[in-house]
Amino acid sequence: MAVSREEILQQVQEILVDALGVDDDEVTADATLMGDLGAESIDFLDIVFRLEKAFSIKIPREELFPAESLMNNPDLVSNGKLTEKGLAELREKLPHGELAGFEKDPDINKLGDLFTVKAIVNFIDSKLNEG
Amino acid sequence: MRWIWIDKFIEFESGRRAVAVKNVTLAEEHIHDHFPGFPVMPECLMIEGMAQTAGILVGEAGGFAEKVILAKVKKARFLDYVQAGDSLRLETLIESIAPEAASTTGKITRGSDLIAEIDLMFSHVDQNLAGKEFPEENFVFGNTSVFNSLLQDVASKTADSGAAEAERK
Repeated sequence: MAVSREEILQQVQEILVDALGVDDDEVTADATLMGDLGAESIDFLDIVFRLEKAFSIKIPREELFPAESLMNNPDLVSNGKLTEKGLAELREKLPHGELAGFEKDPDINKLGDLFTVKAIVNFIDSKLNEG
Repeated sequence: MRWIWIDKFIEFESGRRAVAVKNVTLAEEHIHDHFPGFPVMPECLMIEGMAQTAGILVGEAGGFAEKVILAKVKKARFLDYVQAGDSLRLETLIESIAPEAASTTGKITRGSDLIAEIDLMFSHVDQNLAGKEFPEENFVFGNTSVFNSLLQDVASKTADSGAAEAERK
């Protein structure tokens, strides 16, 4: 049975309120997990576990939040920015994210800004409704 | 004094569930300062006790191959004071477990009274922090000989039930 984006968003919002201790009006679709909602690395795992439980799906951590493996690879990062190869890799690994703004200035410190509430909704939507 | 806030395990189901007990006594120095004239067990130490119970359960699930550290207190809710003479039962369940981390839920009870609900997350250091090294003294159970004492009851019970099962066969 298809789950609507509206239902997904609502459930993702509830999960983020519980996992990050934020108010529900802070969890807008465009809010970034790290910048706006104060998520730290362990919170990403917490969120993955909660999403798996809520939607009864299995999420390899790499799939939803692939930033760490990119950042540690010298082929993909140079001078604190993603290389062309790094960007290509990111596009492939993060089809649910919105990369347009980031591509202009691929500073790895801004990678966190890519992880928005909407990116999680896109990811869950693709997992549930395209498989 | 040793930084161990459970006395022993009384039930242990590998990878799933564990129960430990903690008997609170007036011999514990800290209780006299918390608070003068009203000695109660600090809530943070109940969190630590739960972290030790759940941490050993999570560590054992991976054959103690990984260093397990407490990474997040997801929830800690306390419903009553704990005083000397109280016998606490700390029960924990593994909710999710992955190569990098695990999340657990837990309840502390005294008889039929619910004292606390404590949900935690643990990180597997080697998988998660690129093998970052921590000094050995940072680990409560760096020396695994303490396990023998904590786990002796459940180890012998498991052995007993194993022997009983073998007998039945």
